[in-house]
Amino acid sequence: MKVLVAMSGGVDSSVAAALLVAGGHEVTGVTMRLWGGESDTGCCSVSDVDDARRAAQQLGVDHLVFNFSDDFDDRVVAPYVRGHADGLTPNPCIECNRHLKFARLVERARLLGFDAVATGHHARIEPDPRGSLRVARGADAAKDQSYVVHMLCGADLSYVLFPIGGMTKDAVRAEAARLGLRTASKPDSQDVCFIARDGGRARFLGERLPFTPARVVDEAGGEVGRVEALELVTVGQRRGIGLAGGAPKRVVLRVDRASATVVVGDERALDRPTTTVRGVAWPHDADAAAVGSGREVLVQSSAHGAVHPAVLEHGRDDEVTVRWREPQRAVAPGQTTVFYDPANRFVVGGGISCATS
Amino acid sequence: MPTYLDHAATTPMRRSAIAAMLPFLDGCYANASGSHRFARTARKAVDEARDAVAAALGCQPGEVVFTGSGTEADNAAILGAVRRTGRTAVCPAAEHHAVLHCVEHVGGTVVGVDATGAVDVGALEEAVAALEPAVVSVMAVNNEVGTVSPMAEVAAAVRRAAPEALLHTDAVQAACWIDLPPMTALVDAVSLSAHKFGGPKGAGVLVLRDGRQVEPLVLGGGQERDRRSGTLNVAGIVATAVALAETVAEREDECRRVSALADRLARGLTAVDGVRETVPADRRVPGVVHVCVEGVESEALLFMLDAADVCASAASACSSGAMSPSHVLAAMGVPSDLARGALRLSLGHATTDDDVDRALDAVTGAVVRLRRGAAAP
Repeated sequence: MKVLVAMSGGVDSSVAAALLVAGGHEVTGVTMRLWGGESDTGCCSVSDVDDARRAAQQLGVDHLVFNFSDDFDDRVVAPYVRGHADGLTPNPCIECNRHLKFARLVERARLLGFDAVATGHHARIEPDPRGSLRVARGADAAKDQSYVVHMLCGADLSYVLFPIGGMTKDAVRAEAARLGLRTASKPDSQDVCFIARDGGRARFLGERLPFTPARVVDEAGGEVGRVEALELVTVGQRRGIGLAGGAPKRVVLRVDRASATVVVGDERALDRPTTTVRGVAWPHDADAAAVGSGREVLVQSSAHGAVHPAVLEHGRDDEVTVRWREPQRAVAPGQTTVFYDPANRFVVGGGISCATS
Repeated sequence: MPTYLDHAATTPMRRSAIAAMLPFLDGCYANASGSHRFARTARKAVDEARDAVAAALGCQPGEVVFTGSGTEADNAAILGAVRRTGRTAVCPAAEHHAVLHCVEHVGGTVVGVDATGAVDVGALEEAVAALEPAVVSVMAVNNEVGTVSPMAEVAAAVRRAAPEALLHTDAVQAACWIDLPPMTALVDAVSLSAHKFGGPKGAGVLVLRDGRQVEPLVLGGGQERDRRSGTLNVAGIVATAVALAETVAEREDECRRVSALADRLARGLTAVDGVRETVPADRRVPGVVHVCVEGVESEALLFMLDAADVCASAASACSSGAMSPSHVLAAMGVPSDLARGALRLSLGHATTDDDVDRALDAVTGAVVRLRRGAAAP
């Protein structure tokens, strides 16, 4: 099979490529050039391109660079900035997977005659008991990335490969070391790739958004503090909201842009019976059709977060209402919510939280 | 072949380095930044060369920037750091002109050296603390007299005085003689020149710990991660790596071998009346024997040596042809009448016992004849 492997320069995608080579496939590595600005790798993440190219050289496979930075700016960075302006908590990695890896790269690979696109995600694509291919959780529960690749659906499920999804991270590193890959001991990437640690999110957004100073008030409306930037505050947040130490533990309950206020209060006040999700990607038509059937799902609302049982109901327009079995803490608007089957193994849908009621 | 004792000016290319570059001159001529498989072959060679250079220096491959010369590497570090921060530069007075002229160009401060040419660390610390410069540049080994700088002391003083300053070292004369990784570990930037260790001319290396600390000097296609634009000199880069790796592998044995030759040369020279070694052997690298010959002028001495087919120099070779008094000897406080008789004999990987014998014959003969001529009416 002719496989195009997305190589980020990290250990996971290097080993993914190595496994495909070992499996006898005709492998080509590709690194997507996405971000042109400052980042932790010194200059425009070229060091990661270098690492990917060197790993490809070691494996004896061709390595290409595709420059998708235009789409990255338009579909990942700009919405991330706009989202913060609109009081949302966006997940740019998911938008990158949705629009870059599993859209533009897959499209390019099909055009060039590749039979498959592979990535180094810790997730699997497997048939469910009815024989339908689905994204499934990776073998390493702590590293599982099915949440960030949940949007794969339809024909893409049979075009995309996750070669290391059945391995633990330790096994991946051991394999990289065995093969002598230079990426073997490279640390995991943790943060948003286009934001430099030096300065972080606040500086990145501060250079792109006018910040709104806001009053921090309790539920009765009494001012208890101030923040410099409403745009950096997230529902559920505890720290960095200007509250004096020693006071009773309070979290952000609401961010009201119109009145430039952040409402804080007891965490229990965030409990909600439902959350609303829009833009849901359904792996198969039958998944969409099952909404309102009362079928129970497990719902995960943050990367590596816990799952909670719920049923899915029709909301307004194409929105889906997640009705929790037990009330759950409100999901910050903009955050991704993914539905899994009751065995907590297969993805059955996922979208973006837009409001809580 | 002449008796070549001018290795500090340039050293003959190593056979292995010549062999390594040929396939990229005659065959794989592709631009290493291209996107076809022909280019990928060239790129792989550059990648592997970068690994080899990094291993020799004890740094990360991503910290290695290939330049067009050691001089360019010095300029890139010093002018680049000054342009990034708008602050000034500091260096000792005995630096190579590639450093000294950059520092003077930006209106920087030059501090004194001791009688061996080594920087006065106290004066350096004082100047650095007062100025908080963008960059401090201190050569690892002096190119004229061979003095080894106390880099650990220099680094400690600079870090104390201005932790934010970029500490650069021109290690062009150090590559053959000094254990490079411990030296590299002390500093933020290092310059090397390939033709000083058996590589080709027109190839240099700049190690930059953090590329963001300097503005690039050469703008263009963004090669070398935007730190130095210009189509990669694949053949030169490959040969640089081969020559450096071989130099490092042979260094300990070569230091021992060349030390013995240099000691014999120095003993023979100083046995002549009125010939003094400028820097004692324990303060200099094995490859440089620098003497001052009383009552003889360098230009005349070099003329005689040239006629005897001995290649030597008076100061650094850059200004050869019209020799100016050495700024290094002046900074060291060598009296100017003595400095006029400066002679540098520099040894390297190609130097043999015979070279030392012939040089001793030629120098002693020339000194005797010149003195006799000067004494004659």
